[in-house]
Amino acid sequence: MKKVSHSILLLLFFAITATAQDDIYPAPAYKGLLFITNGTVHTGTGQVLDNTTIQVNNGKIEKIGTNIPLPADHVKVFDAKGKHVYPGLILSDCDLGLREIANGVRGSNDYRELGELNPNIRSIVSYNTDSKIINTLKANGILLANITPQGSFISGSSSVVQLDAWNWEDAAYKTDNGIHVTFPSFLPQRGPRFSTGQQPPVDIEKQSLQKIDALKSFFSEAKSYLQENEHAQTNLKFAAVKGLFDKTQKLFIHADQVKQMLAAVDFVKEFGFAVVIVGGNESWQIAPLLKQHNIAVILGPEHALPATEDDDVDQPYKTPAALQKAGVLFALNDNTANTRFRNLSFNAGTAAAYGLTKEEALSAITLNAARILGIDDKTGSIEVGKDANIIVSEGDILDMKSSIVTYAFIQGRMVSLANKQTQLYERYMGKYGLK
Amino acid sequence: MKRILAFLAILFMLHDQICAQQTFPVNGVADERSGYYAFTNATVVKDAQTTLQQAVVIIKKGKIIAAGTNIAVPEDAVVIDCKGRYIVPSFIDIYSDYGIPAPQRSAAPFNYSAPAQLTSNTKGAYGWNQAIKADVNGAAVFAADAIKAKSLRDIGFGTVLTHQKDGIARGTGAVVSLADIKENLTIIKEKASAHYSFNKGTSTQSYPGSLMGAIALLRQTYLDAQWYKSNPASEGVNLSLKAWNDLQSLPQIFEANDKWQDIRADRIGDEFGIQYIIKGGGNEYQRIQEIAKTKAVYILPVNYPEAMDIEDPDDAKRISLNDLKHWELAVTNPAAFERAGISFCLTPADLKDTKSFLTNVRKAIEAGLSETKALEALTKTPATLLGIYDKVGSIETGKIASFLIASGPVFDEKTTIYQNWVQGERYDVNNENWNDINAVYSLAVQSQDNTIKTFTLAVKNSKSAAVIDRDTLATKFSFNGKMVNISFPPEKKSKSTIQLTGTVSGNTWMGNGTNANGMPLLWNATFVKAAESKPDTAKKNTTSLLAKITYPFGSYGWDGLPSAHHILIKNATVWTSDDAGKLDNTDVLLKDGKIAQVGKNLSDASAIIIDGTGKHLTAGIIDEHSHIATASINEGAQSVTSEVRIGDNINPDDINIYRQLSGGVTTSHILHGSANTIGGQTQLIKLRWGADDEGLKFKGADPFIKFALGENVKRTTSAANNRFPDTRMGVEQVLTDAFQRAKDYENAIAKASAVKSPGKKGAASVSPWNTVRRDLELDALVEIMNKKRFITCHSYVQTEITYTMRVAEKFGFRVNTFTHILEGYKVADKLKAHGSNVSTFSDWWAYKTEVADAIAYNAAIMQKMGLNVCINSDDAEMARRLNQEAAKTVKYGGISEEDALKMVTINPAKALHINDKTGSIKAGKDADVVLWSDNPLSIYAKAEKTIVDGIIYFDSEKDLLMRSNIAAERNRIIQKMIGEKKSGTPTAPFKPSLQIVLGCGEHQHDGDSNHDDETAGQLEENATN
Repeated sequence: MKKVSHSILLLLFFAITATAQDDIYPAPAYKGLLFITNGTVHTGTGQVLDNTTIQVNNGKIEKIGTNIPLPADHVKVFDAKGKHVYPGLILSDCDLGLREIANGVRGSNDYRELGELNPNIRSIVSYNTDSKIINTLKANGILLANITPQGSFISGSSSVVQLDAWNWEDAAYKTDNGIHVTFPSFLPQRGPRFSTGQQPPVDIEKQSLQKIDALKSFFSEAKSYLQENEHAQTNLKFAAVKGLFDKTQKLFIHADQVKQMLAAVDFVKEFGFAVVIVGGNESWQIAPLLKQHNIAVILGPEHALPATEDDDVDQPYKTPAALQKAGVLFALNDNTANTRFRNLSFNAGTAAAYGLTKEEALSAITLNAARILGIDDKTGSIEVGKDANIIVSEGDILDMKSSIVTYAFIQGRMVSLANKQTQLYERYMGKYGLK
Repeated sequence: MKRILAFLAILFMLHDQICAQQTFPVNGVADERSGYYAFTNATVVKDAQTTLQQAVVIIKKGKIIAAGTNIAVPEDAVVIDCKGRYIVPSFIDIYSDYGIPAPQRSAAPFNYSAPAQLTSNTKGAYGWNQAIKADVNGAAVFAADAIKAKSLRDIGFGTVLTHQKDGIARGTGAVVSLADIKENLTIIKEKASAHYSFNKGTSTQSYPGSLMGAIALLRQTYLDAQWYKSNPASEGVNLSLKAWNDLQSLPQIFEANDKWQDIRADRIGDEFGIQYIIKGGGNEYQRIQEIAKTKAVYILPVNYPEAMDIEDPDDAKRISLNDLKHWELAVTNPAAFERAGISFCLTPADLKDTKSFLTNVRKAIEAGLSETKALEALTKTPATLLGIYDKVGSIETGKIASFLIASGPVFDEKTTIYQNWVQGERYDVNNENWNDINAVYSLAVQSQDNTIKTFTLAVKNSKSAAVIDRDTLATKFSFNGKMVNISFPPEKKSKSTIQLTGTVSGNTWMGNGTNANGMPLLWNATFVKAAESKPDTAKKNTTSLLAKITYPFGSYGWDGLPSAHHILIKNATVWTSDDAGKLDNTDVLLKDGKIAQVGKNLSDASAIIIDGTGKHLTAGIIDEHSHIATASINEGAQSVTSEVRIGDNINPDDINIYRQLSGGVTTSHILHGSANTIGGQTQLIKLRWGADDEGLKFKGADPFIKFALGENVKRTTSAANNRFPDTRMGVEQVLTDAFQRAKDYENAIAKASAVKSPGKKGAASVSPWNTVRRDLELDALVEIMNKKRFITCHSYVQTEITYTMRVAEKFGFRVNTFTHILEGYKVADKLKAHGSNVSTFSDWWAYKTEVADAIAYNAAIMQKMGLNVCINSDDAEMARRLNQEAAKTVKYGGISEEDALKMVTINPAKALHINDKTGSIKAGKDADVVLWSDNPLSIYAKAEKTIVDGIIYFDSEKDLLMRSNIAAERNRIIQKMIGEKKSGTPTAPFKPSLQIVLGCGEHQHDGDSNHDDETAGQLEENATN
């Protein structure tokens, strides 16, 4: 009974808070021309174009230049003079829309399925476009996100969504772009502290290698299965990894330790997969090796403590610079539970303070991310022919004191930057008569 | 195993006959013996200072009746010729649990998600806490253990102090001998000591769940025991307190097991007028000066860390420099005590294998410990501490006959202990070597056909010999003092063997055997010549490079403690965080730890000049909410734990102190966690990296206490919470009840104090504590009501914020600070009216249900409403970027840059009542400043120099230098460790070093269940490391 009343309370709680945002709508599709004029355009490819205008037509970037004539009538013109224009930022790995409250009640969680081998689990079908988190991200320039299911081993496929949608089908930007695997740790754990007597030592390294071997067997069998013309018995799990073999999908391996990453190389060598490391805390130690095998990296939180007490105090801050130097394709990410992804650009800012150029740091949250996620044909940079996923900021978007987004466009639609937080801000400023 | 037992049983029986007790009936014929022996011609080490040559020791009935050089040997004594042998007092182990049944550990690890056990499980008229086991009588639970006794005798011990190693108070210890006779006769002193620790052991009760809880429990128990002496009716009979009082006159021994724990234990003793004898952990050499200040006598283990198998470089990098250095330097610990003039005992306690004891003592001697001190530490020092030096610890008339007979000086590597006499009983250790068989013999093997073949037999010791024909043959040899076994091949490459067995009588060896074909044979061997003694070339080169002791001991430590210089920072942009605002091209002079002058064109010949051109100088950052530098964070076992104090368990070695200096933090408010409504007393520290715990404390600051509300204190993450409260409604009642109890307590004290002593007029008031139980928990609450202690209250939603203010108002005080306060914007007007400071996160939200309405504009609204707003970290990583967190208020809500910076400088200083000392750049204030490479609110700004009290504790240039030094030193020791493995030293499997980062308990990574567990872990780590 106690439990029941709890959930009723919680339901009520959600019901009340949910109303807070019901007046923020996805923008309708916009047909025709649109101009963002005279801004400082950071293209995401490393270029900075001063005093430049972007012409958008039917949601695509059509022209970029300094002398683009504006038609006199019926066009949308957004003045970006003195402002900075960037490609929409991309969150490379997160559980947005699957988990509303990081440490929340079980009933609201849809990010982690039971079982070890779930390649057939698809995040996209559970992506909740009504999450209150989403609008706070747009307000900070994040327009696309890769939604990843979590799990103890093969956790399923991720999909990229655009953040201004009515429902998940509407949101889908690229579905099932990769299969995610979380590698087991190779590090021995400290024994249980209250144990009685000596326990037989467990060879954790061997255990983990065995688990990874089992994964190889799975892929070998999947390969054979996929070569059959007809299946007497359909295997959804095998069918789900087809894209890995024809390279329409990538294998995202969640790994932080050097040994895990070394084990990941096998999947390039033995299966020819396109492999992406997610996490990569220690990737700086083997960056040239990753480059050699064309393994890309989505880095875990920049704002993290060094892994060991002897490490350089700024180690995670300068990890991106080490990858950049080695020529590794990498993206920066923000999956911090406490702030819910919205500090993505500041992760890049820190990387810029510790060895990257600002434009390299920008690429790590735009074009590089698009390339890793397989959407660089459509987005990730301000280039002609790409979707008009563009943001305008008052100042340097990597630096919090000037990172104030004034406009955001997804596929040419000007999206609302209002969110639950801005609404509560206005509500209480009003209550107190503040300005 | 069975055979050994049987053998021991026989021994036991024999000895039992010798020392039968009068009250015990005899099954058979009386067999009284006097045990009258004379040991002649011996080198007698009477004590560490006195060695007699050609001396005689005479014992009778277990006692020494004479010892000296000119003593007639009585005719009726059995004479044992000890020519060339040493007689040394048997050792005393002052830290044993010999013969005490091992306490049964609870089967499962303590689980913080499980329901709490709020009361003791001990049945009977005992005290409230299961970890206070003062009533345990070591002598009563002691039962001789022949196997353990032998293992201790074999490493030289004859006497031990034994007690039950379980609980925070552990009752009494008994001095017993290691003789295999009836316990009635081996107990030398029934109640010799009282024992304590920080580890609650088998107690399953939730409290205490932390180190600081254990300390508070000890303090409260001292007070309760004092109060109990007046036989308070309300307490009835409390056997735990009674026992506690009874054992106070004994030597008090505290198991602390770590350098900082030693000091913490000593402080408890200081408070209650007790000087503990402290059982250390082996790392005291790292802070020997602080250890000396405790004035305690120490009990030191010799369990040095083993070399680890780290040939895999990926493994090696996970061992901290701290652990690497300790591996190298642990052997120097006893020598460090000797050099510092600190008295100590040595103990085999904590050794995985007691057999390594003498080897390890020898290593300590090689590392500088004198043999005299080593012997004293095993004889006179423990005997004196326990008041039994009149009985054991030296070879003197009247003392118990407990001594070793050895082949040479007892700590010499080549010395063999032949026998260990305990209470006048002989126990063989390596008696097979009593007769030196190290010699060359002629071995004659006689076949059935009477042909005789002669070999040379070169015997090294009882386990090793070589049979030589023309070649040296691969020989197996064993000798047990009487029987000998020899086997060897007839020829060098032969696979068959000749096997011999026989006996040794003096120089005559003989026996039978089988030849290579299995046919029987006879053999004998005769002495030819003594073995050639080789000159001792094995002197080890001990001058190899050793790690430096730095402060702190791990990476990034100082070679010596730093001192303040005069510093003049020239031509910087100075953000004063004061009325003066932001000053361009300004100089700041720091002198004697204070800001001496702020202005243009300053000069000072004595000052170090730092060019601040193009750089920014701010006041040091103050973190209002931090959990670094402490050994435990949450005492979550009860809803009200105002008796616990973070200051009791500050950890000066936490690398996060240095990391935060690198982010410009100079002062941190270390808070108790949020596991309960009324948490513990907080500790304000300055980040004086390298100082000890007292040195870190911010002197002269007002005391604070942590309160918490909402999900954490309701134990939301625990599925089966049984600890009141489970709702916010209940939290309000916990607050009200606590202060009501405190009010009543205060009144009771006042009433008791008003009673005048009878008789004289104007006599002093009697102490209230005769009638009122002094309660550390309520003391803290009374301080709050009297505005002598101030609250910082973890809070989220508006309901709880409001009612906490109302409870405070009801009891006549205000809540000094609401911390986190993510819905503060909803009640900013009420907060203003109440007069609270607020300290919040810049942009945290949605990490749990109660922060679903958190907004990044919170700080801005509250600031605009006129509240004193701080931005805090509650996170060891984010604390390094608090300037950036403050900058977010510029983004969210349009706060000016100068005001934003104030949220991490002068505003927290105000909230903490230290704004007269720090928090802004103004002449006269503490020289706590940071030089930044850029606008301090910019993400591109890096702290180049962080200065606390005029000392540069972080310097980005020096940091780079230290990094390369760390790498070099790591490499040196790792190579050495790998070398150990290659040279055949057994190594332990690789285990990564622990890095503990404690959190407050409100977000995913450090949910209260997790770090409560860390807390318990820390205790346990300390207990085992």
